[in-house]
Amino acid sequence: MSEAASIYTVDKVLLVAIRDNITDTDIINLQEDLSERIVSEAARGVVIDIAALEIVDTFVGRILAQLSSISRLLAAETYIVGMRPAVAMTLVELGMDLPGSKTALSLSHALRALKAKGLA
Amino acid sequence: MSGPPAQPAGRVELRQERDVAAARIAVSKAMDALNARALRKTRFVTAVSEIARNALDHGGGGVLEIYRLDRPRRIMIRCSDQGPGIADIDQAMTDGFSTARSMGKGLGGARRLVDAFRIESRVGAGTTIEMEANP
Repeated sequence: MSEAASIYTVDKVLLVAIRDNITDTDIINLQEDLSERIVSEAARGVVIDIAALEIVDTFVGRILAQLSSISRLLAAETYIVGMRPAVAMTLVELGMDLPGSKTALSLSHALRALKAKGLA
Repeated sequence: MSGPPAQPAGRVELRQERDVAAARIAVSKAMDALNARALRKTRFVTAVSEIARNALDHGGGGVLEIYRLDRPRRIMIRCSDQGPGIADIDQAMTDGFSTARSMGKGLGGARRLVDAFRIESRVGAGTTIEMEANP
């Protein structure tokens, strides 16, 4: 795994932290690593943390949508957390409101939601 | 393209993907120097990220220059490449139009996020985009 993204296991949930300088190459690796770990750890929940991202452009927006789709196909409920208010406003203006992705304000909110469904 | 008189405030060569992050950081700092508001900075840096990536992916690389303008105080960037150019700018600015693997929201999205947007492109000669943001 490159330095641009890391995957941790927290309460049977896979936590993905994405950093600011992620590239196309990193994304392919991240998608592969995440999908393999969802299966090998039988994870039912994935949380993607973007608090480190000062901005989300259409490139990163596409990554987030793809990661959510892959996790969903592998039966893991996925939350994007840590979005800054200015990022949310900018994404709406870009026409990228991530319709296929669930969001939560923070990691603890997402974990609570997953626990309530028996997925964490 | 000749915009208003400007003081140079930075320059980033766009040769590889990591340089897009470097361009974002440089513009972010220039906005900080003008005490820009968080939302204005986020909008402008996002727009810069879009066009810097375009220059890399479609233009084969390029250069991003940052300028400070006065009366009123604001930031201008110029992003140029010597790539294939854009045959139909109106079409390229339309959401949903994409020649690569992107979502086709980049160029039109960038224009909506900034206070001034100018684009010049010649087929076979390259593309230059100027964008301005008030702090």
